[in-house]
Amino acid sequence: MQSVNRVQGRMAPLDLADVDTDQIIPKQFLKRIERTGYGPYLFYDWRARGNFVLDRPEYAGASVLVTGANFGCGSSREHAVWALRDFGFKATIAPSFADIFRANSYKTGLLAVTLPDSQVRHLIDLVSEDPAVEVVVDLEAQAVRGDGFSYRFEIDPFARECLLGGLDEIALVERHEPDIAAYENNRAAWLPSVS
Amino acid sequence: MPKTLAQKLWDAHVVHSVEGEPDLLFVDLHLVHEVTSPQAFEGLRLAGRRVRRPDLTVATMDHNVPTRGGVRAADDLSRKQMEVLAENCRREGIPLHQIGSRRQGIVHVIGPELGLTQPGMLIVCGDSHTSTHGAFGALAFGIGTSEVEVVLATQCLPQKRQGDLAVNVVGELSLGVTAKDIVLGLIGRTGTSAGQGHLVEYRGPTIRGLSMEGRMTVCNMSIEWGAKAGMVAPDDTTYAYVEGKPRAPRGAAWEKALDHWRSLASDEDAAFDGVIELDAARLKPHVTWGTTPAQVVPVTGRVPNARSETDERALRYMDLVPGTALADIAIDRVFIGSCTNARLEDLRAAAGVIQGRRVHPKVRAMVVPGSTMVKRAAEDEGLDLLFKAAGFEWRNAGCSMCLGMNPDILAPGERCASTSNRNFEGRQGSGGRTHLMSPPMAAAAAITGHVVDVRELL
Repeated sequence: MQSVNRVQGRMAPLDLADVDTDQIIPKQFLKRIERTGYGPYLFYDWRARGNFVLDRPEYAGASVLVTGANFGCGSSREHAVWALRDFGFKATIAPSFADIFRANSYKTGLLAVTLPDSQVRHLIDLVSEDPAVEVVVDLEAQAVRGDGFSYRFEIDPFARECLLGGLDEIALVERHEPDIAAYENNRAAWLPSVS
Repeated sequence: MPKTLAQKLWDAHVVHSVEGEPDLLFVDLHLVHEVTSPQAFEGLRLAGRRVRRPDLTVATMDHNVPTRGGVRAADDLSRKQMEVLAENCRREGIPLHQIGSRRQGIVHVIGPELGLTQPGMLIVCGDSHTSTHGAFGALAFGIGTSEVEVVLATQCLPQKRQGDLAVNVVGELSLGVTAKDIVLGLIGRTGTSAGQGHLVEYRGPTIRGLSMEGRMTVCNMSIEWGAKAGMVAPDDTTYAYVEGKPRAPRGAAWEKALDHWRSLASDEDAAFDGVIELDAARLKPHVTWGTTPAQVVPVTGRVPNARSETDERALRYMDLVPGTALADIAIDRVFIGSCTNARLEDLRAAAGVIQGRRVHPKVRAMVVPGSTMVKRAAEDEGLDLLFKAAGFEWRNAGCSMCLGMNPDILAPGERCASTSNRNFEGRQGSGGRTHLMSPPMAAAAAITGHVVDVRELL
């Protein structure tokens, strides 16, 4: 994974709660066997209906998606994160995220930042009024900053460290090889195996 | 220190634990399917890694498989995805239940029926409905593709410890009310995200009284209210289900396993972070009206007024007017299937409603067994003939119209009574409208051509 530290850019508002991963990347685009190439299909059905917020010219090139609570609920498909990333987003900000979506984001280097409702509301109002406004999402400092405000956010310290260092999770696990081998040797004999 | 069931399961799988880092957990069973695995296998290959424990990994084809016409009926991309899975499994020595084989089926249906799912295990799969396996007193949860790759490579997964919630269900279910109505009623109360960051234990006399199939239905939908996992402590019902299954322990091993399984219950004074009480005696059959599973009311109710932008959006998408009686909603399609409700008991319950009646002439209805083994078992007792005589299509096993990644999809604007788990916009086909309900309720809707209280037909 590439390391992530700081995202500076314009925002795009998606002022909806409970946006599920079926909307973020509809199922007909899950048949690819690659990790890339999903950008054109992000929010495909919503965009196909026309006048979708992300297609408005003033939000073109935005790198921070600001959205409602429980973002990324539903299916575990990591394709949702890949699609957001391929489209150009480097961070999402919401009052809450579905657990699997947040985990997928961390593994892929997409910052998923949780802020209180009122602060998310402020950001949505801000960008709706002035699409050109820029923010900085600073992982090192754990803050979202803009003109006249700085919002601190909490993030799991280990996830933060992995993102900042661009660490390979498999390599991290492999450090514990002796523990894994010891655990394997002590597993109960009745446990099922398919060999 | 008293522990919850979830804590016991968690602690039993800790390989390494240190302050400030996630616990490293050992995975007893890794289930794999064609859609969320190709990039993980590719990642392994690029890094020169192999699958550590192919003997603890089982693959099946379910999401993309056509439910008639075999692999030839699949589109090119789906067929390619299935071929890639077969190739990956061949190379890594992972057993694969491929399309056309006698043990193929939905990943969450075949695990239990093969006896691979047992109490006390930690089970993961790149699929959010993995919580289904929690019905056996296992810790089971869905993961993303990057995590699939970690598990393939190491058989372990770093996970941050989660909170504990209990859902205590009391009261006897009345006739026509099912496990599906328990979980829909629950989600209607909790909303879509109350379970976030938590492992949920479903408990109480009503849960004890459910069959394994019913418990699986409840645990299956844990993710729909945001929970990391859902589980039920194992008991005699569990042991009776597991005993004799192909991969279940036998003889002396069975006795040893049983000794361990009997310890898998929350200690009496174990503390939960929250307890939700539900009275099942007051539950009626439930039906969703909107585009999240939390937008749900009893079938005797009416489409509610919008209380949020999300509600308004859902009403528009579903083309419904507040105040409409649920029973006045006409339907075009019926889908009885999915990892939520496509086991033998579900098919029997649906068949029980039909009793010589016929599918309404304006409705196209299909039954998709959860696995090839469920299909055979149903055919052995003549359920296929009963469904077909009533006008239902009788299909081969697969995820089918639960998510429409295969030829089974709704046309835009079509309205479906569905036993699946998600009524999201476009879930069953772009522009399609989904009403979630139990198998008996879906069968009743097929007969009458509209949403109906199944209790009127019993």
